Parts: sequence; C-alpha cells; structure tokens
Amino acid sequence: MAPPPAPPQKSPSPSQPSGKSEVSDLKLQLRQLAGSRAPGADDSKRDLFKRVISYMTVGIDVSAAFSEMVMCSATSDIVLKKMCYLYVGNYARCHPDLALLTINFLQKDCHDEDPMIRGLALRSLCSLRVPNLVEYLVAPLGAGLKDGSSYVRMVAAVGVLKLYHISAATCLDSDFPAMLKSLMLTDPDAQVVANCLFVLQEIWNLEANKSEEASRERETILSKKIVYYLLNRIKEFNEWAQCLVLELVAKYIPSDTDDIFDIMNLLEDRLQHANGAVVLATIKVFLHLTMSMTDVHQQVYERIKAPLLTLVGSGSSEQSYAVLSHLHLLVMRAPMLFSSDYKHFYCQFSDPSYVKKLKLEMLTAIANESNTYEIVTELCEYAGNVDVPIARESIRAVGKIALQQYDVNAIVDRLLQFLEMEKDYVTAETLVLVKDLLRKYPQWSHDCIAVVGNISSKNVQEPKAKAALIWMLGEYSQDMPDAPYILESLIENWDEENAAEVRLHLLTAAMKCFFKRPPETQKALGAALAAGLADSHQDVHDRALFYHRLLQYDVSVAEHVVNPPKQAVSVFADTQSSEIKDRVFDEFNSLSVVYQKPSYMFTDKEHREPFEFSEEIGNLSLGQESVGNAPRYDESDKDLLLSTSEREENGGPSTNGPAASGYSAPTDYNSSLVSLSSQTQSEMAISDPGMPKYTSQMTLAIDDLLGLSVSAAPAPPSLKLNPKAALDPGTFQRKWGQLAVSISQDCSVSPQGVAALTTPQALIRHMQTSCIQCIASGGQSPNFKFFFFAQKLDGPPSFFLVECIVNTSSAKAQVKIKADDATASEVFFGLFQSALSKFGVL
Amino acid sequence: MIAQFFVLSQRGDNIVFRDYRGEVSKGSAEIFFRKVKFWKEDEEEEAPPVFNVDGVNYIHVKIAGLFFVATTRVNVSPSLVLELLQRIARVTKDYLGVLNEDSLRKNFVLVYELLDEVIDFGYPQTTSTEVLKSYVFNEPIVIDSARVPPLGPASMFMQGTKKMPGTAITKSVIVTEPGGRKREEIFVDIIEKISVTFSSSGYILTSEIDGTIQMKSYLTGSPEIRLALNEDLSIGRNSSSVYDYRSSSGGAVILDDCNFHESVHLDSFDVDRTLSLIPPDGEFAAMNYRMTQEFKPPFRVNPLIEEAGQLKAEVIIKIHADFAPSVTANTITVQMPVPTYTARCFFLSFTSLLQHSPLCFLFSTYKVSFELESGAVGETADFKEGAKRLEWCLKKAGFSSMCFRFILFHGYFVLLFFKLFVRIFISLRKMLQIVGGSEHTLRAKLTFSQESHGNIAREAGPINMNFTIPMYNASKLQVRYLHIAKKSPSYNPYRWVRYVTQSNSYVARL
Repeated sequence: MAPPPAPPQKSPSPSQPSGKSEVSDLKLQLRQLAGSRAPGADDSKRDLFKRVISYMTVGIDVSAAFSEMVMCSATSDIVLKKMCYLYVGNYARCHPDLALLTINFLQKDCHDEDPMIRGLALRSLCSLRVPNLVEYLVAPLGAGLKDGSSYVRMVAAVGVLKLYHISAATCLDSDFPAMLKSLMLTDPDAQVVANCLFVLQEIWNLEANKSEEASRERETILSKKIVYYLLNRIKEFNEWAQCLVLELVAKYIPSDTDDIFDIMNLLEDRLQHANGAVVLATIKVFLHLTMSMTDVHQQVYERIKAPLLTLVGSGSSEQSYAVLSHLHLLVMRAPMLFSSDYKHFYCQFSDPSYVKKLKLEMLTAIANESNTYEIVTELCEYAGNVDVPIARESIRAVGKIALQQYDVNAIVDRLLQFLEMEKDYVTAETLVLVKDLLRKYPQWSHDCIAVVGNISSKNVQEPKAKAALIWMLGEYSQDMPDAPYILESLIENWDEENAAEVRLHLLTAAMKCFFKRPPETQKALGAALAAGLADSHQDVHDRALFYHRLLQYDVSVAEHVVNPPKQAVSVFADTQSSEIKDRVFDEFNSLSVVYQKPSYMFTDKEHREPFEFSEEIGNLSLGQESVGNAPRYDESDKDLLLSTSEREENGGPSTNGPAASGYSAPTDYNSSLVSLSSQTQSEMAISDPGMPKYTSQMTLAIDDLLGLSVSAAPAPPSLKLNPKAALDPGTFQRKWGQLAVSISQDCSVSPQGVAALTTPQALIRHMQTSCIQCIASGGQSPNFKFFFFAQKLDGPPSFFLVECIVNTSSAKAQVKIKADDATASEVFFGLFQSALSKFGVL
Repeated sequence: MIAQFFVLSQRGDNIVFRDYRGEVSKGSAEIFFRKVKFWKEDEEEEAPPVFNVDGVNYIHVKIAGLFFVATTRVNVSPSLVLELLQRIARVTKDYLGVLNEDSLRKNFVLVYELLDEVIDFGYPQTTSTEVLKSYVFNEPIVIDSARVPPLGPASMFMQGTKKMPGTAITKSVIVTEPGGRKREEIFVDIIEKISVTFSSSGYILTSEIDGTIQMKSYLTGSPEIRLALNEDLSIGRNSSSVYDYRSSSGGAVILDDCNFHESVHLDSFDVDRTLSLIPPDGEFAAMNYRMTQEFKPPFRVNPLIEEAGQLKAEVIIKIHADFAPSVTANTITVQMPVPTYTARCFFLSFTSLLQHSPLCFLFSTYKVSFELESGAVGETADFKEGAKRLEWCLKKAGFSSMCFRFILFHGYFVLLFFKLFVRIFISLRKMLQIVGGSEHTLRAKLTFSQESHGNIAREAGPINMNFTIPMYNASKLQVRYLHIAKKSPSYNPYRWVRYVTQSNSYVARL
C-alpha cells in the first residue's frame, strides 16, 4: 500500500485548508477504528497510521490527531506500535499535555515480556523531551540498565543521555552516571559498553565546566586502565563503536614509549579496515601518540600513505573527498614526504570539481625541484580544460608553483603560452599571475612585457586581470611603446569602468607613465585626474585628489612617491597562519580539516569539544586542572610562540613594520591610506605593490602638504612596551581571571577599518607593529574577538591584558583592559587606542 | 553527533525525515536543498559533500538521484558521517531490493524502522543488515525491478550473459521467493575501475586500477566461506618506485595496497592468499585494492585533429579493442570536445574492422556521408553549460542497418551569441558492443565560424571514453576457488563469480 504522496507535498504549511480537511478526515477514521476488534482492523489501522506518518514527513502538522493516535495504540501489532512511537516522539514536545496520555501505555510496555517491546517503549519514553514528565523516566531507566536483554540495556544507556538533556539535575541525582560507569566496565555486550562510553563522555564534558568532580571523572575515562580495557576489546566492537574508542585513545596521554608502541601495534591492522572512518580515527591516534617522536612520526606518515590512497579510490566521490581533505592536510604539513606520489593527485575525468580543486592545491604544494616539470606539464593540460573553473584553478596553480620555485625559467614560458591561447579566462588568470611573477622576479620583465604588450585590452574584461594589465602598463611603460596610448584609451572610457579597483590602478598607472614619458601622457593624466576627482567612489576620489595635490606641491617629490626604486618581493604573505594550521591538525579527523579552519570558527560555543583550544580564554579551565593534557598544550603553546616570533622575523620585507610608528594623526586621509596598506598586507596582491612600502613617506608628505600638525596624536608615550613580550595562554587566563577591569570603553570603527578587517589576522599583524601581541582571536565576519597583551619594557614585569570585540556590521568596538599595574593602564590605553586608530578603529 | 537525517528527492521533497536530537531547526531540509541547488561559491558548480550554513553542518551523499543528508552542530568526523550515510543507503537497498525514489516512498515506514535502530540520539548503533533483521517487522513492498533502470556496477550482468539470474541483484534480503523457499546463493563480483591517461603520442602517462571484491550473500546458517586469490599475488611495492613500470615481472599481480571488510579473517592470507569469512547478509565489499603496476589497457585510442584548409579541420578517432574476441565491451561512449567556434560537423566515415572474430570474413567497411541541418533538436538530457552535444547512436541490427543520429543543440545563431560559454562535444555512443580485437575509426570534418588561433589541438580534446567490459579484468587478479563449508552432503548453494571492468577516467590527449 502506498501512502498518497502527491497532493499534500505541495502544501507543507499546516494552515493549508487541504491539509486540515485531510487531518480531520483521518481523525474521524481513527476514532472509528479505535475500539474495533474486528478482523482486519489492524490492517486498516496500519494504512491510516502510514498516512499520518507520511504527512508528518512532508511537514504537515498532524498533531491534532494526537489523542486518536494514542487511543489506537492499544494494540499488539508491533508495526503499529512502532509507527505510534514515532508519531508520539515527534509531537510530544509541542504538546506536553497530550504527551501525558502516552505515559501510561509506554510505562506498561516497559514491562512487556518481549525485550524488543521493552526497548522500544523505553526509547520512546526517553524521546518525549517533555520536562515535566521526567519523574516517570527514572524508574524505567533504572530497571532498563539492569535488564537481562542487552538490547534494553543499550537503549537505556542512551536513555540516560536523553534524560540528561531534558533535566541534568534529575539525571545526576539519580546517580545514573555511576551506574553507567560500572556497566561500561562489566557489561558483556560491546554495544552496551560503547553506548555507556559516549553517554559518559558527553555528560562529563558538559558538566566539566560546572563541577570539579565532573572534570575529574572526565579524566578517569582517559586513564590507562579504561583505555586499555577498551582497546583490548576493540575487535568486539562494531566499526562505529571502534571509531568512538579510537577517538578516545587519541586523547590519551601515554605514560612512556612502550605504552605508545603497545597501542600502535595493537591498532596496526585497523589501518587495513575498509571503513574510512576507522582508518582515519586510527591515523589520528598514531599521529597524536608520536607527536613528540620525530622519527616515528615520519614513519607513521610513510605507513599511512598507502591506506589513505586506497580509500580515495575505493569509496564514492563524497567519501574520497573526506579522505582527500585529510591527505591535503598531511601534504601541506609535509610536502616532501609526498613528492614522489604526485601522480596520485592528478585530476581524473570523473572527479567532481570539489575533488579536482583539492588535488590542484596538493599538486601545488608538492611541487619541488624533482617533479616540477611533470606537474606543470600536467597542469598545463588542464588549462585548456572543458571545465572552466578548473582551468582557471590550474593556471593559478602554475603561477603559485612559479612563485615558490627558484627555477622559473620553463614556467614563465608556459605562462606566456597561455596568453597565446586567446581564451579570455585563460588570459585573465595569466595576466594576474604574470603581474605577481614580475613583482618577485623583475628580471623576467623583458620576456613578459613583449608578450603582454600584444594583448588587446579590449579582450580583458575581468577587473582583476584588467588591474594587473594596467599595473604592468604603468610599471613598464618605458618598455611598451604604446603604453601611453592604451592607457589613454582606457581613460577615455572611464565612465564605463565599473570596478573601482581598475580605476584606482588606472590613476596610478597614468602617474607612473607620466614620469617616464611625460609628453605622451600629459593629456591622459589630466583626463584621468579630472575623471578621478569627479568619481563617486571615495577611494578613487581621494587618490585622484592626493595625486593632484602632490603634483601641485612638488613634481619631484611626486615622482619619488609614485615611481620609487622597487625591491622585488621575496615572500608573499601566507594567507593562513601556521598557528591555525596547527590547530586544524590537532583536530584531525573532524570537519575542521574539510573546512580548513579550526572548529571555533564554525561551531557555537556549546557544541565545542572541551579539549579544543577556545578563543574564550576567560572561562576555559584547561591548563590548570587537566594535568593529563599538560604535555600537549605545552607543545601547542610552543608552536604558538614560535609562530609569532617567526612572523616577526619574516614580517620585515613585506610589511611596513617599524614605519608604522610614524603615523599619528587620525585624519581621513591617513586612515584611508593606512587601511589600504593593511589591506595589501593581508590580501597579498590586490593593491598596487609599489604603494605599501612607501606609505610612510606618503603620509609624511601629506602631513606637510596639508599643513597638518601632529598635535592630534596622544601624548608622547612615557610607556615603552617590550617588543618581544611573551605570555603563555595559561598565565594569561589566570591573570584575566584575577585582575579587575581597569578600563572599559566603546569605540567606533571607520569604514576603512571595517573593510580591512576581512580576517582577524589583519588587525593582529597591525597590532604587533605596536608591540601589542595577540594571544587568541576568533570569530567570523561581522563579529571578531581578540585577546591582546603587552609587557612593559623596563622595570618589574608588568603585563597589560586586553579584550577587544569588534563588530564590523555595526562598526563598533569594545575594549576592556586589565593591568598588573592599574596606574599605568591609562597610558597604555592611550597607546592601544592610537594603535587601533591607525587601523581605522577610532 | 548527528542531529537529523533526511532523504530528499531530486526536486527537494522530504521522503524520510528523522530528527534525533532536536538541535537543528525543522527547516534544515529546505535550507540544504536551496544551498545545493544554487551552489555558486568559488566558481564551483557542484556543492561539496560537506558545508556549513549558520553553524549547522550539512553532510550529504548522492545516491540513485537522491540526497542522503545528515545535519549536525558538532565538529564530527566527516568520513564517519559519509560512511554512515553510504551504509544507510546500502542497508536500505538490502531490504528493499532496489533503491530509488519510488521504492523509498512505498516503503518509508520500513525505512523509519531501520533508522530507529541504526542511529540513536545521533550516535550510530549498527548498520549490519543481519543484526537489523530482528528489528524490522514491515514487509517490503517490492517494486517491479524490470521497470527500474539498472543501478550500480553489478547491474550490467542483467543484460549480458544469460546464465546470470538478474533478479538476484534486486532481491530483498527478507523477502522469500515465490514458493516459500529461499534460494541459497552467493555472488562474488570483482569490479575494477580503471584510469588511464594517454599522451598525445599514445604513451601511457598514468594508469591505475581501483578494484573491489564485492559480495552479496543469500546463504542461510552463516557458513564459512574461503576465497582463494592468485597464489603469486603480492602486496605493497617499494613506495619509492611507485609508477616504476620496470618492476612488473612476468605475470605476477602486484597490488599497491588493499583493505578488508571486518568480517574477513586473514590468518592464512600471507601463506596461501586465501580470505576466510562468514559473509554477513547483504551487500558488502570484502576487499578493496589499488594497483599502479603496468597493465594492458583494454582499448588503444588514437585521436587526431588536423587543419584541413581554411576554417576546416578533420578529426580521426581510432579505437582498437585490445582483448580476446570472446569478450565484448558494451555501453561505450566516446566524447571529444571540439573548438568552441565549430559551426558544423560533417561525418566522413565510420569504419569497423573485425579481426580474429568469427565474422572476420565479412571484413566490413561502411562509408556513410551526410550532413544535417544545424539546429535540429534531439532528446539528449545533458544540458550542462548549454552544451552542444553531438550524439552518434548506433543500434545493433545485424550488420545491415545502421542508424546515425546527429543532434546539434542551439544551432549556429545561438552559437554566435553564446560563443563564450558554449562547448561542443562529439560523442559517439555505440549501443553496439565492441568485440575484442576489432578496430573502429571515426572520421569527421569540422567547419569553423572563425579563424583558429593556430594550434587546434590545444582547443579540442581531451577525448574521454566510457565503457564496461563484463568478464574481463585488467589486473589479472583471479578467484582461484570459492569454497563454502558444507552443512550437509546435499548442500550445494549457487556460486557466482563474476568479473567486470569499468572506465573511471579513460582519457586520450590530443
């Protein structure tokens, strides 16, 4: 018998008249059948129940039939019972009064002689999710945990968790966790053990914040005794329960190296499991256990390569995507280890685009001296691909490889060949790459310019590509005979150019060209400046005005500002900090790996694992109590510090580090320029590369130009901050808890600041230039949260701790400062505020 | 842990919806469907299997045109959820016999029964078809499998060789055959997906085999079975020399790596390459393996595109079937994208050359020349990117009549407008099976609407080939014997061991 699928589907809203009449019709029929003992009554009931469930599935509210359904539920037909349980479970929460009706028959069923019925009734009883019925749950649950049937015990164990979520107090008061613990250690049925394990884990994790006892209990689950007990039974568990146990073992801190090898030998054959989830969970155990043993860690990498590659080939494309994401993570961490396996990451015809994209990234990472030729050859094949997004992606990949290699000779040729293909998207992507390449390897300008000069600007439509082309026209106008004329024609069409990015570049290119070939460009520059001044876009207008005044002030200064001698960019800023990558690695075998960001960026607070490093340092309890976890956190702390100091060292060439202290007056000009430069810092290559390095000079020039004094700046700081300040998260957190808030203030954020704050990293890097370090940050647009700290340079060690919450949509920032020395906090706040204002937070 | 599980039809209707934890709003199915339908983030056309909307993670697999979706707010293991979804689909298929929208709609109550036991409060409990049997009380409503388009890799047995009982593939594990007696039988399918890339000069650039030994057991009383593979099978190659073709030594099968179903015991595997297991009910992969050792590709593909005068080019695709004449490949399609500015395509000839076959005396050559009006509309469903698809369909009716259909979507004028987006394919679909040893050539002439930019070869291709070859396996992995422990002297269940090779990515570059 088929449920009638067609008519109700289209009207999922419960208020639809058609749905209503259907429901009342059903009610009537159910009522007629309720008391019937006639033969065949059960069959008609089944049909009616099916209809009710099918309405429920498509979203029609059939809760009106609740009492009729309950009336009909007095039956021995188990199929009917099951449908009734499903129905009741679905609607009880929104109709608590009606749910009471069901308690009676559910409780009766809990004493049925058939264990199946007992289990089903108990499960439904716990699934009602009605707080005031909790009292009816305790007794059946207690009995269920002691039931002779493993099925009932299994259901009862999960029932405890359901009870906990309805009423935590009732669950804990009835001492269920202790019962579960003893059941976990004694029950002969592996599934009962597994259920007890996850229930206890979930309860203690949620309780750990509230009571010390709970966090101690949580630690005991990770004790050697329990972990070994579970490991020894691992083969009894089904694959899903095995994953659960392995997840637990990954958190276990081994006592010594023997311990590590015992566990690894025991789990070795799990790597041959056909279920990818088991294999990945095992790999996580291996990787985490060997974290401190570099040699073994390398061996683990070698060992897991083959099973992972097999999994990629054996499952559906969705499964291989999940596995590939993990391979991607490993490749990014240790590209060398995979350098001979590059052929496995070649794209296949049948791969969906999300898989191809991952593979391209991996190929980019793996490329080194030994395999670049093959990889680039392969990537070039994809560039002519039917799949346009993938073709684009492959061209970008070739470019990235070029930027990370020393021997770019052959690659440049390939890129130039792309330009000859005359496919617009290929040309567009290639232009952007050639621009980046020239910034890093100016020595190639001759070859590139010859080819780029032949491209008709009419064939380039994409803003990014157009901007790149215009940048090259300006930068190398001396080598391109018709550069001024191309620019001129572009300027003539100023009004048709929609992208502000392109118009900005057009202004700058016109300036550059003017200084190199004045007579040919003068007219075009005049037109560009006029058009720019009339432009409705703020940045374009400002830049045009700036150039205009600069030229008026002194042409030679202007030339120095616009066309200074340039240094090649040695390293482009990495988009993701190593700190983030380490956190993702800590969360191996989770969604973090697929999203390539740590869990705090995409999960709500209450759904986070307590072991995860949270941005909410203030109320974290790690570090102090979790003795067992100490080694791991030490390690990540070290990484954290290491990465900051690394960044300090690398920061030199590409950021305008020390120069930043030159900024002072938070005028419109200033902040717009500053945010512009920090944008370049954060987003690598979008803005004119010539500008950031010389922003300081430019700002100075403006100050002079506009006759502004520096008086708007805060009082000269009598406070010097330690540029190498260090503080570990544990101490930070303790201090944060101990100290009182000395200053709390709301600020507003300028639009430029909002624009620059696309990622938290932008602000973090900026603050570092003012000797204010970030210890934790998080959030996604529009809400960002930062914890900063700074240390007084001389005198006794005295720290300043800052919590800064920025909401970019409302353009507001909230700053809270705590200090060891509260008297100095006022001065520090001045410093902090001026640092912020340079970023655009006023 | 999983908050909700639901199955959506292609049109976004809920077929099954189960809320396990009440953590995610009821509108999630709609949010999911809208997101997948209009996925355009990062230029990708297809939504990835895992994505996050407002803190809710949506994880899905697409099976038989249906979306199997799980939602969660927790940072779960993606592969665990994806494996679980896949397994739920497989268990459902075991019970319903056939998995599609129709069968799910007819049996949704049974599916709810399964879901109740498979997941409890978001935690996976069991996905074993056998264990679940004791909890399922609904009888499946079996839909007529004859009307169902064949699904899954095993389905090709249904059309081909007569000795295979096609219905077994679509048999539910709990429905008894008419006559009340269950037929005792076990299916062992060795399914190999091969990926080969030929360079423009015909060399093999990469080759790989992903194989599965898939079992489907209808044996009662859980007897132990032993499956013996090639004695000289070796596993694991020097990891340093992957793709080192020299290491392939006389005929021995060398697998790079393999993994096994948990029911498989490997006690004697190292000694005599025998797997012993008590097969659980339903369908499962007993072993998965991967091989990069050199093997003989079943088809040699030689494509050629040449300029032939102004605004013209000639395409020649030659396919040689490099396997025994006793084997026939079927469902073959060859696709070749041609330059975007191609205005017309004109077939010169199609040649089949049969060697070593019983029909070789026929030495048949067919020359067909014709031209069709551009703009003729056909019924191909594939409309991706407004594709111009040229479909060539060849029906088998002895060797006397051949039917050519030449379908050109849009047409010349549309081409002018959408030149940037339109892609043209030549695809040659042969309903005719290709017999081992034969050679087939397609010659076609292209007319362009504009001057080519020099290198046509860069603008066209690569050629992709799809095929299925029953009773053939490229790796030479063999089942030496399949032994079933006898319960009684008269106990003699049916044993089906079948091989099939499918193309995964069979690409020839120009």
